[in-house]
Amino acid sequence: MHKTLIRSFVSSLVFLFTFTVAAVAKDVKAAFVYIGPTGDHGWTYQHDVGRKAVEAAGYKTTYVEGVPESADAERVLRQLANSGHDIIFTTSFGYMNPTNKVAKEFPNVKFEHATGYKREHANVSTYAARFYEGRTILGTIAGSMTKSNVIGYVASFPIPEVIRGINSFTLAAQKVNPNIKTKIVWAFTWYDPGKEAEAAKALIDQGADIIAQHTDSTAIVQIAEKAGIFAFGQASDMDKFAPKAVLTSVENNWGPYYVDRVKALANGTWNQKDTWHGIGDGMVVISDLDSAIPADVRSKVNQLEKDLASGKVHSFTGPIYDQQGNLMVAEGKTADDGMLAGMMTYVKGVEGDIPK
Amino acid sequence: MIIDINFVGLIITSIMASSVPLILASCGELITERSGVLNLGVEGMMIIGAISGFALMTVTGSLVIAVFGAMLAGVLISTIFAFLTQTLITNHVATGLALTIFGIGISAMIGKNFVGIPGKEFPVLFGSLKDAIPFLSPILFGHSIVFYFAFALPFITNYFLKKTKIGLIVRAVGDSPDSASNQGINVRLVRYLCILYGGAMCGLAGAYLSMIYTPQWIENMTGGRGWIALALVVFSTWNPIKILIGAMIFGGLTIIQFHMQAIGVRIPVQFLTALPYIVTIIVLVVISRDSRKIRLSTPSSLGKSFYKDN
Repeated sequence: MHKTLIRSFVSSLVFLFTFTVAAVAKDVKAAFVYIGPTGDHGWTYQHDVGRKAVEAAGYKTTYVEGVPESADAERVLRQLANSGHDIIFTTSFGYMNPTNKVAKEFPNVKFEHATGYKREHANVSTYAARFYEGRTILGTIAGSMTKSNVIGYVASFPIPEVIRGINSFTLAAQKVNPNIKTKIVWAFTWYDPGKEAEAAKALIDQGADIIAQHTDSTAIVQIAEKAGIFAFGQASDMDKFAPKAVLTSVENNWGPYYVDRVKALANGTWNQKDTWHGIGDGMVVISDLDSAIPADVRSKVNQLEKDLASGKVHSFTGPIYDQQGNLMVAEGKTADDGMLAGMMTYVKGVEGDIPK
Repeated sequence: MIIDINFVGLIITSIMASSVPLILASCGELITERSGVLNLGVEGMMIIGAISGFALMTVTGSLVIAVFGAMLAGVLISTIFAFLTQTLITNHVATGLALTIFGIGISAMIGKNFVGIPGKEFPVLFGSLKDAIPFLSPILFGHSIVFYFAFALPFITNYFLKKTKIGLIVRAVGDSPDSASNQGINVRLVRYLCILYGGAMCGLAGAYLSMIYTPQWIENMTGGRGWIALALVVFSTWNPIKILIGAMIFGGLTIIQFHMQAIGVRIPVQFLTALPYIVTIIVLVVISRDSRKIRLSTPSSLGKSFYKDN
């Protein structure tokens, strides 16, 4: 009997202590959950750069890396929510259900889920970046600079995010050069330098003289450098890995958004929202253009970047046809966000089928 | 599509380059297994070699130090395995698995500071002859020294095992450690050396990935090649020449499936991705179906601990 008494006494003490500490501490503490290692120099690395920006703004942060998109994610989230974190950023698509599930149990903790669409509870927000705007710029450069009219594209997995990128890239390239073909190779990995290198080599052997990628390692740009052709960096500025080959990179810039949201929480102005920012809001950043890009292309690209930022130009402006020639977007119209979010068909000019 | 002879040459070159780490690691593991030790830590030793090579290259700037350092790192980590399994007589399978997990973890820890640093250009041999003869030149010339070593290694290994006295001792230890011990062979010493040699080759295989094939460091960059190397040893029935064939088929199908995708062959990509694994196994099983020969080359005491009764 007295054991139970002692136990309840101790636990109420612990409870009181935590409560007091939580009440005294005014600082907002942010936590980040990563799918990969912070050392991937790609997706997770860029999120961690964002986390460091939050830290630099004067807030405490913690992170957990290499969290699988399974029941483990729930455990990690619960643990973070229990240990006094006020806002938790879950930075991979597969954390969607765990995030919403744990959010229900912790109504006082704010959750921010990257690249998802479910906001089942008032304390869940979602955010993503319009990377396809960056790919419109890459497509414009590729279409202007290719000599073989064959552009290689190493893709990861057949999901709307990747298909959207391929389409926006191809549309932009066709606009400046109607004769180009985009050859796609699916590597079925986000992150395997050896495999990505082999995919890039195959595309080069098939006559591609510019290679774009939607996988995360720097292997592809290095292969392009060796072969003496051009390539584009992904997620972070990859110029130093292949100074001659990399024409520019599309960088993921999460820092401003993270700082914004943590500050909003500290000021009491945090509200649920769905953010999908592009070049205009600085979430997608185009790295410095390489000197190999001719002056006329450079000025065209600079103008395009401004127009995409202001909204004057949309990456998916009609008429857009699919591979069979069916109209997807009518002339003068632009694709709405619903269509973009669920895009699972290639546009005309892309070779091959989407793997089922 | 017109099949251009130079194009075929390019594909063969890519295939050979991608099979180098598999050949190195498999031939190393082969010697270890022929001495009767099953070391499942290949992946771990490779990744340690990869980070050590890359780190030493970045810090010292010397490629020679980096390559030998990577091999030494492989030796050092396999010393742990050797000590545990040979001196403390722990279970080979469990210790090997632990070695892989340990290797992946510690390489990630050391590697933290080396992420995002571009690698150095690795010098190639006979680079000037690269365009001399169509088709043959790109296959024969303009590769790194590790590349040439890898393609000589299966033949050296074969000669070593079949024709030299030390090779005979290694096989004797693997087949019947008791008899070998009775003949006055120090079984534990032989096994120690074979494990360390396997470690060195796996370290070199890792260094090839991080210094020559894709010169950079990122976590987990071996991507399961260690496991494929292990499987190759078994499916080739401990024959170094068959390892060479298996590694080429495996590397070849990986690359050819990318080419088929790029050409636009309408085969489900998932099937193409699985193809290298399936075909490599089928081919190696078919070429090794002579059960008498399998019995001859299988180390009978593989994975069994050896106790010496005093």
